[in-house]
Amino acid sequence: MTSPVIVALVGNPNAGATTLFNALTGAQEAVANYPRVTTEIASRDIVHRGIALRIVDVPGIYSISSQSPEEQAGCDYLHQQEPHLIVNILDAGRLDRSLFLTTQLIETGLKRVTVLNMVDEIERSGTSIDTGMLASALGSPVVETCGLRKKGIAELLDAIVDSVQAPAGAPVRLHYDSHLEQSIVRIQDHLARLHPRQMEPAHSRWLAIKLLEGDDRVIRAESDHAPLLEAVQKECADLAHEHDEDTATMLAAARFAFSHGLLREVRTQSSDPTAGFKLTRVLDDIFLNRSLGLPLLLGILWVMFQTTFSLGAVPTEWIKSGVAVITEYATATLPEGMVKDLLINGVLAGVGGTIVFLPNIIILFFFMAILSGTGYLARASFLMDRLMHHFGLHGTTLIPMVAGFGCNVPAVMATRIITNKRARLIAMLIAPFMNCSARLPIFILFAGAFFADIAGTVVFAMYMASIGAAMLSAVMLNRVIPGSGGDAFVMELPPYRLPTLHSVLHHMWDSAQGFVAKVTGVILVGSIVIWFLQEFPRDIAFSQDFDTAIAQLEEQPDSPEKDESLHILKATQAQEKLEKSYLGRVAITVSPVFQPLGFSWRDTAAILTGFVAKEVVVATYAVIYAQDKESEGLSETLRAAMPVSTAVAFMIFTLLYAPCLSTIAIIGRESKSWGWAGFSVGYSLAFAWALAMIASRVGDLFL
Amino acid sequence: MASNERVERLTLADLRPDQQAEIVRIESQDAVFKRRLTSLGVVPGAPVVLDRSAPLGDPRIYTLMGSSLGLRNSEARNIQIHLK
Repeated sequence: MTSPVIVALVGNPNAGATTLFNALTGAQEAVANYPRVTTEIASRDIVHRGIALRIVDVPGIYSISSQSPEEQAGCDYLHQQEPHLIVNILDAGRLDRSLFLTTQLIETGLKRVTVLNMVDEIERSGTSIDTGMLASALGSPVVETCGLRKKGIAELLDAIVDSVQAPAGAPVRLHYDSHLEQSIVRIQDHLARLHPRQMEPAHSRWLAIKLLEGDDRVIRAESDHAPLLEAVQKECADLAHEHDEDTATMLAAARFAFSHGLLREVRTQSSDPTAGFKLTRVLDDIFLNRSLGLPLLLGILWVMFQTTFSLGAVPTEWIKSGVAVITEYATATLPEGMVKDLLINGVLAGVGGTIVFLPNIIILFFFMAILSGTGYLARASFLMDRLMHHFGLHGTTLIPMVAGFGCNVPAVMATRIITNKRARLIAMLIAPFMNCSARLPIFILFAGAFFADIAGTVVFAMYMASIGAAMLSAVMLNRVIPGSGGDAFVMELPPYRLPTLHSVLHHMWDSAQGFVAKVTGVILVGSIVIWFLQEFPRDIAFSQDFDTAIAQLEEQPDSPEKDESLHILKATQAQEKLEKSYLGRVAITVSPVFQPLGFSWRDTAAILTGFVAKEVVVATYAVIYAQDKESEGLSETLRAAMPVSTAVAFMIFTLLYAPCLSTIAIIGRESKSWGWAGFSVGYSLAFAWALAMIASRVGDLFL
Repeated sequence: MASNERVERLTLADLRPDQQAEIVRIESQDAVFKRRLTSLGVVPGAPVVLDRSAPLGDPRIYTLMGSSLGLRNSEARNIQIHLK
């Protein structure tokens, strides 16, 4: 079996490489309408016309000589791997800028296929491209596609296979001004002397240009040849002296001049080339309006979280009744004993108590798909940049923060969008404060139980609190973490785009699947473990002989007093049994830490289990209180068990304390330091405790 | 005359909504920042107009090379322009 042909998809950020990757390979990688959604190389093997192809999705880059850390992965790939074929993806509406990368790719001498993606957007404004002329100028076939609507995919696959099979065509050469050309030739001569007969002229020309451009990776590769590097420096100094401009800029200007000239030949524009993007202008007049912009952003978030709560309540009731029917059936049919107990009070209580939040999660992810897919999220970071700057944060930090509303793990990964290392570390440390969907059930439960009338607004307030806590942390971390964090706000705003129904549905389906997987995995296991921990040991040494006392009481004639004391006696026994169980013992040992916050040992137990995954918190309550047959449901039981101010403190604490295990792992990986992952745990615990303390004291005054 | 030069030196941060300008140069010692802007089309001779400003007047969006680029005013001050 021959190894597959490596085909690398290379383009500017937000040119649609991942959408094409998904269309070509049937993969379902995440896509959105803002730059740098893809941060890691992804690859997938396919077969077309009998040829095995390995399609590689390279994270977007603006230049192959980039030194920006967010373009590192893409640049490293192109320098270190040698793909057999490059599929250069161009955003048809952004040709003036995206051809810059093309000019660099031409010089690599690799086989290429050029893709004009999102061609429908320019057609709408009456612009057309002479693809034949473009193909001969670029020395590569040109295919028009629309990745989102899967148009042109078959043609692209054919072009890929044709190019792989065809012999390499005549190389295209970009001509620079005479001074630059002379410098290039002199460096090429130098290279030829260093590597006699080993280097093709096209390759040495590419190397010479990269050296003059100051490409870090090429300079590092040639670091053994000090005289060569000195010669390069001399050429650059001479050119700078003569032209009053650095060589990299001169080369860049020449590249843009080439693409400008080319576009004049191949592009026919209507009188108003922006006509196709008129909608974007109108929408931006509203959403980026100087007085309306920020209130609208806040309003959009409010509607999003309010709807997540209120719209979710209806299907939640259906699931609740479904769980109740199953529980009733199990209660009636199963033989008495431990297995029945485990199933009803452990599994059904824990799993059933958590699965009811599925509708809320799906609705939340619907909104997330809309926010990121339309291009609004990029606007939000633009609107917020100034404000976030006050907190030492960068506007683009908003993107990982909003992603954190879904799950903190992708949020930490999305911090790659931030260039400055220190700014990125701070973003990584505050990302776990974002109210992820795993915590949503806790707040829906608590808000419903304690603030039934304004539950939706309370849920929204928790989201705002998570943003506030993140900002406050950023200010503190900015003082503590050494170094300076000036990061430039350089961001492209994409045009508004309508996400396809398929991509939105896929986003929702994915989140539903993930949630169900968690419920049937960690929550199922967690519920069983918690049930055992609170049922065992069985031979508890009670402080008094409850069984005898109860038996004696039962024999007395019926009276209200008898019922009353019987009830108290049974409740005290159950309470003592729980306290002396394994779960109770552990929680009681730890609970002094949480005593000042007013948390009972049951709350402590819920907090402890939440270290694994935050979804388990609700399941723990459900299992612990499943014994309590007196009350109607979990919310009623909770309302009876703690005062409102404690409930608020508990909500604040669970919002902020310790990232879950997966998030800790990803912080360790992304910061390349387990020290920072550990710091994140310790810091968030202290921070959560302090804020919960303040909340409970303030709550005591007002509630 | 140094003082005259100061008056004539215009940067992207000075650009008003109704004006058309051309990039002259990026004045920054930060090579990474400079290269980043360069690869986005901020090169000598590139035409640029101001599109709009954020609610607090900063950052601002410029139209350059057919796309929208958001820049903080502190960064725009490093980009010298001349009006057309």
